[in-house]
Amino acid sequence: MATQEQRTSITWDYAPAPESPEHVRLRDSYGLFIDGSFVDPGDGTRVASVNPATEEPVAEVAFAGPGDVRRAVQAARAAQAGWAALSGLDRGKYLFRVARLIQERARELAVVESMDGGKPIRESRDVDVPLAAAHFFHYAGWADKVSYAMGGRTVEPLGVAAQIVPWNFPLLMAAWKLAPALAAGNTAVLKPAETTPLTALLLAEILQEADLPPGVVSIIPGDGATGSALVREPDIDKVAFTGSTGVGKDIQAALAGRGIPLTLELGGKSANVVFEDAAIDQAVEGIVNGIFFNQGHVCCAGSRLLIQESVAETVVSKLWSRMERLRVGDPLDTNTDVGAINSREQLHRIEALVASGEEEGAVRRTVSCSLPDRGFWFAPTLFTDVAPAHRIAAEEIFGPVVSVLTFRTQAEAIEKANSTPYGLAAGIWTDKGSKAFEVAAALQAGVVWQNTYNHFDPSAAFGGYKESGFGREGGMSGLRPYLRVTR
Amino acid sequence: MIRRLPHVDRVGIEERAATLGKRSIKTSAKEQGIRLAVSMVDLTTLEGSDTPGKVRHLCAKAVCPAPTMPEIPSVAAVCVYPSLVGVAREALDGTGVRAASVSTAFPSGQASLDVKLRDTEDAVAAGAEEIDMVISREAFLAGDDARVMEEIVRVKDVCGDAHLKVILETAELGSYDHVRHASMLAMEAGADFIKTSTGKAASGATPGVTLVMLEAIRDYVERTGRVVGMKAAGGVSTSKAALHRLVLVKETLGDEWLTAERFRIGASSLLNDLLMQYQKTQTGRYARPEDFSKE
Repeated sequence: MATQEQRTSITWDYAPAPESPEHVRLRDSYGLFIDGSFVDPGDGTRVASVNPATEEPVAEVAFAGPGDVRRAVQAARAAQAGWAALSGLDRGKYLFRVARLIQERARELAVVESMDGGKPIRESRDVDVPLAAAHFFHYAGWADKVSYAMGGRTVEPLGVAAQIVPWNFPLLMAAWKLAPALAAGNTAVLKPAETTPLTALLLAEILQEADLPPGVVSIIPGDGATGSALVREPDIDKVAFTGSTGVGKDIQAALAGRGIPLTLELGGKSANVVFEDAAIDQAVEGIVNGIFFNQGHVCCAGSRLLIQESVAETVVSKLWSRMERLRVGDPLDTNTDVGAINSREQLHRIEALVASGEEEGAVRRTVSCSLPDRGFWFAPTLFTDVAPAHRIAAEEIFGPVVSVLTFRTQAEAIEKANSTPYGLAAGIWTDKGSKAFEVAAALQAGVVWQNTYNHFDPSAAFGGYKESGFGREGGMSGLRPYLRVTR
Repeated sequence: MIRRLPHVDRVGIEERAATLGKRSIKTSAKEQGIRLAVSMVDLTTLEGSDTPGKVRHLCAKAVCPAPTMPEIPSVAAVCVYPSLVGVAREALDGTGVRAASVSTAFPSGQASLDVKLRDTEDAVAAGAEEIDMVISREAFLAGDDARVMEEIVRVKDVCGDAHLKVILETAELGSYDHVRHASMLAMEAGADFIKTSTGKAASGATPGVTLVMLEAIRDYVERTGRVVGMKAAGGVSTSKAALHRLVLVKETLGDEWLTAERFRIGASSLLNDLLMQYQKTQTGRYARPEDFSKE
């Protein structure tokens, strides 16, 4: 007989719900993907790629030396004329095939992305992989229409594109770079990031399966030295780089006087501006999504929170209680909200900047969640009493750390939001349409989100102002950097 | 009193509710979650064809939902029309399952305040331990907040010891802003629970509406310290939907609200789906629908 007592004793928590890695077909070791096949490095090395949540190696990967870089560039050069000579329709067919194969292997790609980079499986499954496929679909559609993108003028591809992508969205950034370059008739040499090369290598397998002609894409993992060698190769026609502002400046210097077009998508310290007339609970969600998405390893992260003083206390208190409900831990658990920090090096960078925040007098609050013993972890952190002059208000932390500043009027909000060397993205939270448009127009940021944050779509242009870089990726404008208008 | 009511952004609230719908509830979490959901059910019959016999059968089901699975608890309450609440009270006496009655000219609420008060007094006199009243949507949509509150205050007065659940009938309110606004009015006027709907409207406890009301409760409790419960009614007919609502509660109000004292699910067909899904966790097989009594 059921009783009332039974009712009072029921406690409820989510059981572990780990995504199984059993279906993943990872090899023990990967060579360099040059000229359509995986080859041993000539003058490179072999390095283990580590799972940041466990510090265990996931697979061994070849890093390209300068000679390997040259081989890849030569393969791209040899393949370029043939690739450009294909009709746009045929190039599009290859891209469609790649997009479909990404969808077919979506689950595997998502698991590997989380194992190699530490991001929650919820994000790699729902954001990274579907968006990567969407970018190939989008540019597959453009392949036979590129001249329309330039107002009907005659266009030709630039030639060989050298592309370097960061570790925060390894597969997605590879898709952002490769899809428009290939649609426009360029061939490409892609260098994935040092700590997260695996999904790019799975993408290489997909390119093989799609029968992409050899040399059209080469994928050569490596560290900073490999990237540096790649942009210094004489026989390249285009460089596209996503990463830190410091490296971006080096690349710009290396290209000076060579007449090689450059696209840079660099760091940011994006302002997320909450007005008093915002839908507060949804703004709090947006703040969380803006800064804790991918552990804050997002170049457009809303790391500078600007709140109107009249609601600052309410917003901060709601934000804090929301932060305490974040589930931090195993990236492969489908209920995890915040995963592991990508590398030990990045963890130290975050720790150093957070320490500077405390020294400079800002008030730190860090969520007291239990963190795994092994791996690289940083609990979600909130800084209040931040002054614009503090380092944590000015420098990119690239971690799950948000700095709260306040403002009194709309004019002050705009001034504070723009007072940064960066200009990648911004968020505006208000229920007033006219105000949203007025403020958006005044913000110096390549992307402005209204009443949402960190939403991406292949049809929307993405790129920066000021030290956040130049050139645009995504949509029609993403083709421009890979085309030469001849007539 | 001039108080700023926060707005609700439709896209944002639905996105958050959908995200929480993706929580993975497996193995022991599923078992416990289903048992918890059963304990929160207000087993309901609100038909013109209800009879004392039907209500007695329903009460037996409420007390012992699954005789072959003794670990399944009783439901929280049985909810009927005022004319039958006496029958329910008698059948439930001493079982710990509460007798609840709808009132105030349920479901439309289109009657004078006097009639609504008499309706409530009748139900309480017949033994109702919980009263599910409807707000006057007519007054709310005409902008007469004062009358909406006045009615709730007066009904609460005649409830005596009976717990008062205030039904907003959210499908008729037209926007999330209105849902939030009506939630605040009901709580200010003294509601013990706020409840989504009568079950007679086009939609009920959608994830978005449920989340808006839970957030309103969170803000009200934070401001006043008075605990208010929530009842999700209308459209929660599967275990998956029920567990999703529990996730919304857990991640908005916290574990303290995961009890029948503070969260209810109003339902008729849900209970058997919960039992069927629970049995599947035990045996690995789905039972036939006819393996569980209808009432």
